[in-house]
Order: sequence, then structure tokens, then C-alpha cells
Amino acid sequence: MATKVVIDPVTRVEGHGKVTIHLDDNGAVTQSRLHIVEFRGFERFVKGRPYWEVPVLVQRLCGICPVSHHLAAAKATDQIVGAGTGDGLSPTAEKMRRLMHYGQIFQSHALHFFHLSSPDLLFGIDGPIATRNVIGVALEHKDLAVQGVMMRKFGQEIIKVTAGKKIHGTGAIPGGINKNLSLEERDKFLDGKDLPNVDQMIDWSQGAIDFFLDFHKKNQDMLDNFSVFPSNHLSLVRADGALDLYHGVLRAVDSEGKKIVNDVPCQEYYDHIGEGVKSWSYMKFPFILSLGQENGWYRVGPLARLNTVDFIPTPLAQKRFEEFRAYSNGKPSQICLHTHWARLIETLHAAEVMKDLLNDPDLQGAELVRTGTRQEEGIGLIEAPRGTLFHHYRADENDQITMCNLIVSTTNNNEPMNRAVNNVAVSQMTGQKEITEPMMNAVEVAIRAYDPCLSCATHAVGRMPLEVSLVDSDGAVIAEART
Amino acid sequence: MAKIVTFSIDGQKCMAEEGQYLVDAAETNGVYIPTLCNMTGVPPQGSCRVCSVKINGKLTTACTTKVSEGMEVINESEEIQDLRKAIIELLFAEGNHFCPSCEQSGNCELQALAYRFQVLVPRFPYLFPERDIEASNPKLFKDHNRSILCKRCIRAITDERGRRLFAFGKRGDRIGISIDTKLAANISDELADRAAEVCPVGAIIRKGRGFAVPIGQRRYDGQPIGADVEQAK
Ligand code: SF4
Ligand code: FES
Repeated sequence: MATKVVIDPVTRVEGHGKVTIHLDDNGAVTQSRLHIVEFRGFERFVKGRPYWEVPVLVQRLCGICPVSHHLAAAKATDQIVGAGTGDGLSPTAEKMRRLMHYGQIFQSHALHFFHLSSPDLLFGIDGPIATRNVIGVALEHKDLAVQGVMMRKFGQEIIKVTAGKKIHGTGAIPGGINKNLSLEERDKFLDGKDLPNVDQMIDWSQGAIDFFLDFHKKNQDMLDNFSVFPSNHLSLVRADGALDLYHGVLRAVDSEGKKIVNDVPCQEYYDHIGEGVKSWSYMKFPFILSLGQENGWYRVGPLARLNTVDFIPTPLAQKRFEEFRAYSNGKPSQICLHTHWARLIETLHAAEVMKDLLNDPDLQGAELVRTGTRQEEGIGLIEAPRGTLFHHYRADENDQITMCNLIVSTTNNNEPMNRAVNNVAVSQMTGQKEITEPMMNAVEVAIRAYDPCLSCATHAVGRMPLEVSLVDSDGAVIAEART
Repeated sequence: MAKIVTFSIDGQKCMAEEGQYLVDAAETNGVYIPTLCNMTGVPPQGSCRVCSVKINGKLTTACTTKVSEGMEVINESEEIQDLRKAIIELLFAEGNHFCPSCEQSGNCELQALAYRFQVLVPRFPYLFPERDIEASNPKLFKDHNRSILCKRCIRAITDERGRRLFAFGKRGDRIGISIDTKLAANISDELADRAAEVCPVGAIIRKGRGFAVPIGQRRYDGQPIGADVEQAK
């Protein structure tokens, strides 16, 4: 009797996600899919709105990384007001935005690792559900839990002084920024009085990497063999090949590290990236045009970024990057759970960048906005915590938006997440009579490596709002389980 | 010199010049009466009813009523506060007020009143009306989704020859503000600024300047609407 396993919902953040896994009469996995109801609605309802409203409006499509949407849209509107394509802002504006972005990366990565993923590592994928959550981490690994919370707070406070508030701020405006950083605001992050200072953040980030490496030593087999498959990797890189999360050119490499998109300007993204559709998902499937939809899919996010860049432009993170590269013999890493490793290296990098920026007097500069000749079109790309984010708009002579196209990180990772789910389903569920909670969690661990969300932090309170049904080929429910 | 009259608000003794409008007289005595359609320097209109008070037992608008000797005013009773709150809720329900992406957020009088009156869950169903946007003026952007029909723009904005730049168009529930395209085509920066300023919400905004004031420095970021009047006491 053929069986269908449904994991529903996987997450609430982007509407609704569910996983279906079909097993045939012999218990072999015939098909697994991750369905996501996406927010393309935004592309409709920004139409007619004035272009300067867009950075504030579109960030509402995400509760975890609104800053990325805010900034990608602001970068697109920079172009509309004639402030260039990444080079036209005043130093104060550009650096304030960078500080905002790296603060966001830092807090989001800390949340991702400490709150959402570390429970799986500390207690095991099949660990008892009662402790496999952030509260379990807090009880048994107090230092780690406290560091996670404080790192997140540090990033949030950085966002607050740059964007105006911790979520859904208004800092970035077309052509620049609406405030600079006062010395008083700056000192809060340096003097360590109100909150652990930026040097402490660097130390804790180092500690988190050590923790991961130590864990890796003891659990090499599990980590290195969990949902491994070759893929292409895509991200922005700085013109000289350095890691740059705020701005750069588009680069993609294949599983051997060969460049398949060779450092093209963001403004030409549509000559290189296509968006495929499939009847069973609202989410599109982007791919590299020259390779076609079948072979052109790619991964984005921390793992992909460390696979595309040549180096990291801050010394401590660069050292860690060298270890990371060496582990995969200089080739791109295809190991799903090493995404966490890459994420922690980026966390360290973000802390180093924040330190440099906080000590930069340009942040106290007075020139906030630059504009030039009005343009019809604007394209803004950014590396969001979970991967490359594309924002593309057109505004008419009345300043109203007439076209909007968004390709968000989750969409970029659509195909790899589907593959990861399938991979895990095949390895965990093949021939099994009963579908257990650890098996379902394994599926989610794979998704979480790419894109956990706060509600997937179900984790956070120990329970996934997850429903699994075993359905036979006639559609009759033969077993039901709630986690 | 104008004659001084004595009157009371919620039992508190007040003094003001005879002929002063009650809202202004209250303000001089450190009492805040909420207003929306009213504007200093422009003859009152009495259309929004947010300033409703009870005078000698009868409901009336404080922006259109002049103080007189011995007047007894109730400003803060539960009944009146609830009535005002209901009016604010109705204004939200009948327009399309999406504060999260509105550039007037933090400067908007309607939003500030909603905070002051703790409007959490409106009692009335949202109408989600279809409203238009007028974007062809080079300096002003009119978003009728947000208009509360207070007529402040109509009353306050005139050109150097006294001609009005704004008017009501259509009738009934379709009524809306329209900009005189010819007169407003060459509107000066000063007058365009003024038009955006007199609008209590975000229905009339200057083009290309949104979100220029950072969060924390907006009009109502520091203290709720009316607090300045009450503190001056
Ligand atoms: S546009 Fe503004 S000022 Fe004019 S009636 Fe509407 S809310 Fe009042
Ligand atoms: S302020 Fe008095 S009626 Fe509007």
C-alpha cells in the first residue's frame, strides 16, 4: 500500500510550508516535496505606491530579516533617484547602511545558530523533544545560551541606532540614510557599560566556532554525511573576490569551483537568472539561464558564500575561512550541516566589520543623502543572512511603482531545500513501518540548515506545530501523529 | 482689553478672554481637548466631532463654541472619552490607514490620538474602500486612502490671490479631496510644504522626501499628543 507522509506546517513565517513524502508499497520513497505558499502578493500591492515608500513597505514581508529587504529596496531606489548603483552614496550613508546590515547578519546568525540549530547539535537530532529546544540549551549549557542572547541583543541594538528601531525601521531612504551615528550611540558598543562590547562579540564568535569544531570532531560522521549532495553556489562577491554582504557582483560556481556566472553586475541579473515554475508550489524555482532549469539550480546562503568568495577581508574570519576551505580541499563544500560552520565564520566576520565601522569617523559625517538624474528603473541586490536577495522596481514619471520583481533567499534555495528533504526522507524513511518524531525532525534539521524561522522555533518552546499523517493510496488516513 | 470670564472644566475653575473658542481657552488653562479638523489660525469647521464636550448637559463641539461666563464643561467623563474613541475608530475603519508603511507615522495626528485613546481592536468593521491616488502634481502626492475629510487643506491652502487649491469632489461616501491641477501645477515649495503640513494624516505628502525624519525625532515619538498642553499647566 502506497503511503504519503505530510509534515504540515513546517513553518509559519512565509505563510505556510509543508512537506509531503510519498512511499510506495515496498516503503521506498518515490517523491518528497517542500511546498511553500509565498508572498508574491507584495509584488502586486506595491504597484502605485510612491517609490520612496518601498523600502519601508516591503520589509514587512519578513519578520526575521526585515533589514535585508529594507536595504535591498533602498539600494534599488538609490538607482531610481540617480544615486548610482552602489557607488553613489556619501561615505556616511554607505557606512551607516553597512553597519545596519552587519548588525542584522550578526543578530540573525546568532539567532539561527544558538536558538534554532544548536539544540539539534547539543541534544542530537533524535534527542528527547522536551530538552531539544532553546530552554534545554539554557538549562544545560548556560554560558552558551547567555552568549546567544547577548549576541542577538548586540545586533539588535546596532539595528536600532542605524534603522531607528529593532524591527521595521526607516533608516535607509532613497539616496542615503536619515541619520548618522552620534558619539553617544557609538560608545555604547565600545565601552562595555550597558552591554558587552564589540570585542566581547568577537571573542564569543570565536568561541562559537570552537564549539562547533569540537562538536564536529566528536560527531564527524553524522555532520559530514547528513544530506550531502553536489550543487552550484551563488552569491554576491566584492569586485576583488572578497566576501561582501552588502554589495558586489554576482558570482556562481559549480560543484568543482568553476565559475559559471562570472562576476556580473547586479543590474544584469536577469540576463543570467531565470525563474521556473512548478504546478505544485507557489514558490518559483530560480536557475542559471545558461545551464537551464534542470542543471542550473543553485544554493545561496552562508555555505554558498564561502564557496564562491576568494577570501574574507577581516583577519580573524579569514583564518577560520582557510580552515574551512582546507577541509574540502579547496573545493566548494557540499556538506549541508557545514552551513552552520560557514554561518559562524560569517558571524565572526560581521563582528570584525562592526568593530571597524564603529571606529570609523565617517559615521559621524553630516552628508546623508545624494541624488542625481532620476532613472526609471532600480535593481538592488544584497546578501541577506540566508542568501542572495533580489529587488527590482520600475517607477513612472509620477513616481509611482509600475513593476516589482523580488527573488528572495528562500526562493533561491527552493530546489536545494527540496533536494535536502528528499535526501533525508530517502535515508531515514525508506522501508520504515512507522514514521517517528526523530525522522520528522531530521527532515526539519535539513530545512533549518537553510532557512529556519522563528516559528520553526517551535524549537524555542519545544514543540513543532507539526502534523504528520500517513495516508494510503486511496487517500484514507491510516495513522496520525502530532509532535 | 477683552473681558475675562470664568467657567469650569470638570469642576476645575478656569479663566479666559470672552469670545475665545473653548479649545483654545482650555489650552490656556492647561486642559487638553483633543481635536482633528481644527487648526489654529483657521476658522473652525466642527466636522470631525473629536472635540466633543458636554456643556451644561448638552453635547457640543469645543472648537466651534465660544466660552461664556459660568459655563460648566465636562471634558473627561467616561461617556465622552468613549465617544471620542469611537470617532477615532470609525475614521480608521472607513479609510485605508496602513501605518506600518506610512511616512507620516509618528507625525500623524490621527495615529497619535489612537495611541492616546488606546485604540487596540476597533469595534467597527473595516470598509476597505477603493480610494484613488493622485500623483501627477510635480510636488505633491495625494493618497486619498488616508484622508479623513477634515477640510484643513481646503480651508488653509490658498494661492497669493486667495484662490483655493483643494476642493471636495464627488458626493456621499465617494467624496474626496481633489487638487486644482491648473492652480497647483506651479505651486511654490513653501506652499507645497504648507499643504503637507496642514494635513493631519498622510493624505497630502511632499514628493521624494519620505521618511527623512528618523524614528525618535518625530513629532509624537517623545510624548503623546496633548501632553505639551497638559505639561504647560
Ligand atoms: S487631505 Fe488631509 S487635510 Fe485634506 S481633508 Fe484629507 S485629511 Fe484633511
Ligand atoms: S476639532 Fe472640533 S469638530 Fe473637529
